[in-house]
Parts: sequence; structure tokens; C-alpha cells
Amino acid sequence: MKGFLAVYLRELLIIWHRLPRMLLSFSVSPTLYLVAFGFGLGKELEVGGRPYLEFLIPGLIAASSMTQGFGINVEINVARFYLKVFEEFQAAPISNLAYVLGEILSGVTRALLSVGVILLITSLAGVNFFYGPGFWAGVILNAFIFASLGVTSAMIIKSHADQALVTNFIITPMAFLGGTFFPVENMPAPVQLLLKALPLTHAARLIRQAAYGEGLRWGSLALLVLLAALSLLLAYHSVDRAKD
Amino acid sequence: MDAVRVENLVKEYGPIKALRGVSFRIAPQILFAFLGPNGAGKTTTIRILSGLTRPTAGRAFFFEVDVFGEPVKAKKLAGLVPQTINLDLELTLYENLFIHGLLYGLSQREIRKRAEELLAFADLLPRKNHKVRTLSGGMRRRLLIIRALLHRPKILFLDEPTVGLDPHIRRKLWGLIKRIQQRGTTIFLTTHYIEEAEFLADRVAFIDRGQIVIEDTPKALIARLGKFAVDVVQEEGLETRYFRSREAAERFALELSGKSQTITIRRVNLEDAFVYFTGRKV
Ligand SMILES: Nc1ncnc2c1ncn2[C@@H]1O[C@H](COP(=O)(O)OP(=O)(O)OP(=O)(O)O)[C@@H](O)[C@H]1O
Ligand SMILES: [Mg+2]
Repeated sequence: MKGFLAVYLRELLIIWHRLPRMLLSFSVSPTLYLVAFGFGLGKELEVGGRPYLEFLIPGLIAASSMTQGFGINVEINVARFYLKVFEEFQAAPISNLAYVLGEILSGVTRALLSVGVILLITSLAGVNFFYGPGFWAGVILNAFIFASLGVTSAMIIKSHADQALVTNFIITPMAFLGGTFFPVENMPAPVQLLLKALPLTHAARLIRQAAYGEGLRWGSLALLVLLAALSLLLAYHSVDRAKD
Repeated sequence: MDAVRVENLVKEYGPIKALRGVSFRIAPQILFAFLGPNGAGKTTTIRILSGLTRPTAGRAFFFEVDVFGEPVKAKKLAGLVPQTINLDLELTLYENLFIHGLLYGLSQREIRKRAEELLAFADLLPRKNHKVRTLSGGMRRRLLIIRALLHRPKILFLDEPTVGLDPHIRRKLWGLIKRIQQRGTTIFLTTHYIEEAEFLADRVAFIDRGQIVIEDTPKALIARLGKFAVDVVQEEGLETRYFRSREAAERFALELSGKSQTITIRRVNLEDAFVYFTGRKV
């Protein structure tokens, strides 16, 4: 338990020392998206009978909780390849589970901070949603899944350069296509099938429906819980791969 | 019961054989120096015993605890000062120590008390709340060492702990290492400063190309070469010959006095044994 706390606390201290810079950088891209797609392009646009902005923001929240959750991999890479602090964890009498949970939770923390920033900007823009349990379950599960995958990829790669590949080919495309910026239903049927298989699509739908106050999407919720368990398992088993 | 028992450790990195069957035992409270040329396999041995590297084959025990079978239990007994400094540069000195203490299951009170003591000992107390990034290389290394002591390990692995330290601090650290040992700690030390090993070590093993060549007390290793050494500077380089008695050494020096300008007679030291047994200069 203390091992888990130690790993988590270390990441929290790093976040703490960087907090102002971090919050500022979290606010840049959502602001740009809102200005460009929400106000610039979307004033007259409607999706499903609502202004496009109201469609976009839950999508941004889903995308951001994914990228910031996954982004823990960058911190782990720095700890592993540059600072070598990862070796301090490897030598410590803590279980792999404690290590993995500490890192995943710090990924979720980052995701929540970034979502907080978006919500602040959103409320300043005069858009209001319902922030009930369904909404937070979607955000947290989504962040948890991608933080786990972030940990996994950070353990498996052999150098920091490999990491950019994973992010560019998997995370960035998903952020655009996973029901975030446009309804998946607008796509041709075969593509739809593919996009509906993405975890982000389910997170985006769960978050959006909850934000609209239209109730829980139980199917998506169950799927995300299952994926969270699977990705945790994956992360847990990846830790020993980082030993040379 | 041995503090450390290592049986037939093998490590292969693809075609590179870093360790080719290393075995040794360290009795409790002994300071064991592991000496060898660059690339001999010293760091690899320490990394395997600390859980950072997977062995290809072999077994290891700390006080009969199976290091690879029960890693968490074994790691509790050990402390590591790695060759490469691995501190969190963006955290303060105290935060670095605090996280370490938590990792080893200490209470906050214990951590606070011991951290203050150790920081004071290492002359780092005034920097307690500064970021590690602002420390000099030698200060960082001091922090690295006291961090490993925070949880009072029963076995301490020191991988070139005094590299880059000035002579004052180095001597102070020698004193500290002796005191840690007297408190009951078993110490595994690697260093390229052979005089350091000669001063500190109860037993010395020479390792070369992944194999232990010889292991004994420093005195016994020196005695194998003789008592006195004659260094002769020649065109081909430095040649050293070893003798049992001063008379024999002087006789030899006298015979050569015409051929070389620089001849010195001195006592044989551990560095002579190192060069002799590992066949290379450090
Ligand atoms: N991660 C690695 N991948 C491949 N080979 C490695 C790796 N780490 C060490 N080696 C090789 O293993 C051998 C032993 O290296 P090691 O670091 O144990 O030497 P050492 O005795 O500590 O040397 P030094 O005195 O220079 O620190 C070397 O040939 C080295 O190149
Ligand atoms: Mg080394």
C-alpha cells in the first residue's frame, strides 16, 4: 500500500512543481478547438438538433482524458531513459501492481486536471451540462484505460523514439475519429463498424449522453469497465518486460 | 548463514557474455570489494542482485532469502547506490528522501528524523528544500548515498560510490562506510580506486571478463606477489618486479641502475595485485 502511495506521490509532486505551466498548456488546445470549430465553423451547424458546440465539448473531454491519461507514458519514459528513477522503483520492495496502480492513478489525475480546465473554459463560454455519475464514470474509466495502455507501451518500448510512433499512429487518429468531432453515424457502414469498436467512441458517447442529461448508456459503461480490467492486466504483465 | 550467496550467475546480452558463472559468498558484516577492469561485469552483478536485470542463469540468496524467488522480501534487506545517479532532479532533496522512505515502508516520523540526520551528515541540510537540479555533481552523489542508507539496509551495494568526489568528502565517506559496517551491515563495494578497497575491504574478489579470477583478503592477495616492488621506467613503458625482501629488491635495482634513470622501490600494494591478476591496467 505504501509502495503504491510512494509511486503516486512522486508523480503528484512532479505535477505540483509544474502545476501553473501544466494548467496553461492544458488550456491551449481546447481553447483553439472551441474557437475554430465551435465558434468559427459551428455557429450555424447543428448535430442531432443541438448546436455543434454542445456536441463538440463532450468529445473534447473524452479526447483529452484519453490523451492526458495516455500521456503518463512520457513521464515514465523520462523516468526510465533519462532520470533513471525507474530503477529506484525496480529496486524497491514494492509489487508490480503497486507500481502500475500508482502510475495509472497519476495518469487519471492528469486527465481530471485537463477535464477541469475544459469545463472551466466551457462554463466561461456559457455552455452548461449535467455532470452526474455517468459523466465522471466515462471520464475516469476512459482515463484509466488509456493510462494503463500508456504504462504498458512505456514498459515495452526500447527507446523514447519508439513512443512517438505509438502516439502518432494510434492515439492521435483515435482522438479525431472516435466519436469526438463528428457523429460516427455519418460514416459509411463498414467504417462505422470499425469506429464503433474503438474504446474512445464508447467513452465519448457515454460522456455525451450523460452530459445531455439523457441517462446512462449501460452497454458502453459495461464495455469500458471490462476494458479497464483488461488494460490493467496488460499493464501489470508489462512491468517485468522493462528489465534488461 | 551467509549474508550473500551467489551461485553460478550467468548473464548474456545476445552474443555478449557479461557474466560467465560468477559465484561467491559474503559473511555477515564483511566489506567485500568487487574489483575489475571496465566491462568486467561488476555493475551487471549488482543490477541482477538488486532486481534491475534478469539473470540468464544462476541463483542468489540474501540471508537464505531467494533473491529471484522472493524479490520483495529480498529487496527489503538491500540498499543500492547505483553507478548512474538516479535522482529526481525536479524534486527537492527532502522529497527524494521522502519517496524513498515510503517505498521502503518507513513511517513519516522515521523518515523525517533519519532524513534530517543523514542530510546533516552529508553537509546537505541547508539544501534540504532545494531542487536536486541545483546541486553539484558531488552533492548529488552524496545524496544518492544517504538515500540508500535511509531504510537501514542489512546489505548495501555500492557501485563506485566515490566517483567524482573530492578527497575530503571521500575520506569522510570512508569513515561513514566503516561505521555502517560496524553497525552490522554487510557491504558489497565496487570501485576503480584500489586504495579505497585496500583501506576498506575485508575481502577482495577480482573479476575479469565475466569471471572471478581470485578472491582473498587484501593482505593475502598482496602477499602472493611479494613484499617489495621495483618500478622500472623503460622505453616500452613501466615494468614492475616483485620481491620477498628489501635486499633482493635493492640488488635488482642496483643491477639495472645503468639502464634506466627512473627506478623506484616501494611496498607492494593492492593495485599491483589487481594489475597482476586481471592482466590489465584500470
Ligand atoms: N544493457 C546492456 N546491453 C548489452 N550489453 C550490456 C548491457 N549492460 C552491460 N552490457 C555489457 O556487459 C558487460 C559488463 O558490463 P558492466 O557494466 O557490468 O561492467 P563493469 O564491470 O561495471 O564496468 P565499469 O567498470 O566500466 O563500470 C560489458 O561488456 C557491457 O558492454
Ligand atoms: Mg560498472
